[in-house]
Amino acid sequence: MRAHPDIRPTRWTALAALLTTSVLLTACGSGGGGSDSGGGQARSGGTLTFAVGSDAGCVDPQQVASNDTIYSVRQIVDSLTDQDPATGKIVPWLAKSWDISSDATTFTFHLRSGVTFSDGSKLTAQVVKDNFDAVPKLGALGTLAEGYLSGVKSTTVVDPLTVKVTFQQPNAQFLQATSTHSLGIESSASAKKSPQEKCSQGVVGSGPFVLKQYVQNQSITLAKRTGYAWGSSRWTKSGEAYLDKVVFKVVPEAGVRAGSLQSGQVDAISSVGKANEAALKGGQVTLQRRANPGVVFGLAFNNSRPVLKDARVRQAIGFAIDRKQIADTVFPTGTQPATSILAHTTPDYADLSSDLTTDAAKAKSLLDAAGWKAGSDGIRTKDGKKLSLTVDWIPNSATNQPALELIQQQLKAVGVGLTLKQVQVTQLTPTLQSGDYDAVWSNVTRADPDILRSSFSTELANFYRLPTTPLDTALTGQAATTDATKRSQLVEQAQQLIVRNAYDVPVVELQTQIGVAKKVHNLNFDASSRIQLHDTWIG
Amino acid sequence: MRRYAIKRLAQAVGVLWAAYTVSFLVLDFLPGDPVTAMASAGMDSGTVDPAQLAALRHEYGFDKPILVQYADYLGRAVRGDFGDSVSTGRPVSSTLADALPQTLQLTGAALLLAVLLGGGLAVVATYTSRRWLRQLLLSLPPLGVSVPTFWVGLLLVESFSFRLHWFPAFGNDGLRGLVLPALTLAIPTGAQVAQVLAKSLLTALDQAYVETARAKGAGRWRVHLRHALRNASLPALTVVGLLVGQLIAGSVVVETVFSRDGLGRVTAAAVTAQDIPLVQGVVVFGALIFVLTNLLVDLVYPLLDPRIVVASGRKAVAV
Repeated sequence: MRAHPDIRPTRWTALAALLTTSVLLTACGSGGGGSDSGGGQARSGGTLTFAVGSDAGCVDPQQVASNDTIYSVRQIVDSLTDQDPATGKIVPWLAKSWDISSDATTFTFHLRSGVTFSDGSKLTAQVVKDNFDAVPKLGALGTLAEGYLSGVKSTTVVDPLTVKVTFQQPNAQFLQATSTHSLGIESSASAKKSPQEKCSQGVVGSGPFVLKQYVQNQSITLAKRTGYAWGSSRWTKSGEAYLDKVVFKVVPEAGVRAGSLQSGQVDAISSVGKANEAALKGGQVTLQRRANPGVVFGLAFNNSRPVLKDARVRQAIGFAIDRKQIADTVFPTGTQPATSILAHTTPDYADLSSDLTTDAAKAKSLLDAAGWKAGSDGIRTKDGKKLSLTVDWIPNSATNQPALELIQQQLKAVGVGLTLKQVQVTQLTPTLQSGDYDAVWSNVTRADPDILRSSFSTELANFYRLPTTPLDTALTGQAATTDATKRSQLVEQAQQLIVRNAYDVPVVELQTQIGVAKKVHNLNFDASSRIQLHDTWIG
Repeated sequence: MRRYAIKRLAQAVGVLWAAYTVSFLVLDFLPGDPVTAMASAGMDSGTVDPAQLAALRHEYGFDKPILVQYADYLGRAVRGDFGDSVSTGRPVSSTLADALPQTLQLTGAALLLAVLLGGGLAVVATYTSRRWLRQLLLSLPPLGVSVPTFWVGLLLVESFSFRLHWFPAFGNDGLRGLVLPALTLAIPTGAQVAQVLAKSLLTALDQAYVETARAKGAGRWRVHLRHALRNASLPALTVVGLLVGQLIAGSVVVETVFSRDGLGRVTAAAVTAQDIPLVQGVVVFGALIFVLTNLLVDLVYPLLDPRIVVASGRKAVAV
């Protein structure tokens, strides 16, 4: 299997791809894929060099939202809890146990004893309070963390190792939020600094690595925390991390990242796109991939538009889209077509693939029934008006435009016109707020199903202008229950209501793909499809 | 002479003010603002609470009328204070000061290479009597000008770093890390130097004074370098002054391809984040370098051509 028929067109379509693939093709064997977790005796020591595409200009885990920087700063702090990527279950980390009031408004955490920060200070309930009191004042960069704590009434110290967080309304998502990097616990001294100081100077955490050096736009260097002994309950190694040092290098050009990995100048790289896959196949590199949990990429409709108020039109668009074709032609290998509004890696995801089929005949009959008759130029009309929609999209990923162009063709085949309108990232929120749009191409990453409430509840921002329906009851209900089975049922019900009413037409899951040298072992994804380096070793 | 200097200085201040004002207006016309840019950075599709955004906008002063903001910024800029970067909170002046040495290294090395390569090529191409060699050499500059810097950079990395392992593919470390980026930046610049110099050398070689020099028995090299080159280098020098601006612009691409820290990367990041104070700082700083270089070029002319001092002196008197 040495021939790769899909490589030739790629080579000539993009010059950059040509440059990185041409040489490496000769060295291209078969194989690749498949994460290597074993392979010899695990051993301590060594330096891991990881090339990422960007620098957020900030090294405070509570304020960083870009994966490229989360990869490094996540290692500096521990969280109260951890989330098992396989089951989505929340497991102990800094908190050895917790109690949640039955209405999901009060969360009490019992902290582990003997935990220290790298400045020598001890982890106490007061430190957690200092952190949670500071988060709402983080400002523009801290929107993720602020969102998790929105509606917080108070954080109180019950005893030196017990802390209680109370919310004004039920907030079931908060437990998962405590497992994220955004609510990673920093030392009291760090928590009391200004957001800007934390960004530029970094923070002191209790994590398995400490921040040694940060050179803006260049590198972030971490060193092993000696004496670390309070790792998450799901990690395989107890005590200190294997690696002595981790250096994150900022290499903006994707082709240069791929070439650097292939030529051994770095040990791992972030965000491998389809164009660079060929260059990395075989040889000494493994491609690791995991779907991002949360709301999948799809057409989120403005449900208040007269044309789109008719459920049949929305559903027809859903049946006209061939999800598999889009996933296979545009996205990196392994990307899965959407099988629900949530990605399959999200806790409480329900498989709704039987609702998300491709059926052009059904799409056409739905449109016929809605009164949209085939027009002379192939686009349907009703009362002299064309069935033509505009989709707003932001250039935050190279796959957006080709995916939408394919959707455009697929919709045209059933008589629906689609116009693509690119808007700047900064323009998207104002657009959603103003309501002057037909549909947006969007996704949101979050490893808790409560993201459905943030996106689709009419009681919150309601950017997609949904009408008040039983969906609201399901969404509010899942946020207010601590019973796992009941929550799961409500979340499934919400997914069904969104998918069957096609308030949003799910299309494809977003997949994170990283390239890792074969000599690196146990570089694994966490529940949010980001990385944890405590168990990683170089063989 | 003094009036001339004052006039040039006034022009320079005018250029700086214009650069500042135009960049401010352009940034204001862009949709969105720095606060939304920051808040939406990692939010996939930016579903940020509007009330929170409004509060932040107020905190940073982006809700004030545009003229008030302009006057605010300009007033402080005149005193040398460009404020703090919105995205990192660091003072703009220290951000630029940190990035400057890296970019000076890169552009300095590139300029040197460009003058040596471009100048050398022009001299050899006009000196040689082999027609085919001249044609070949003279066809290189148009090629050098037209290939995209981005592509050249990737090509060099692919050959000399990934394949031959001679140079690192990224980073600011040492002289070895400087070779490929400087070469990448020098190619289009050197090509323009070569184009201009070759053309003016060919013109100069047709002049009567060259005939005279030859008639007086000067050797070919002496005629070429001492007589023709000295006269022909004036237009090339003017071009070099303009190319400094181009080198700084080119550093945006080169620093990105080679993952180098410097003004170019700072600029790219600042524009993406709509970090108004930082972009303003970069623009004014770039304009300052441009103005200073051209002033320097004007001062070098007299050293090459004694007639120019008299000319500018007369001009100054006439004004």
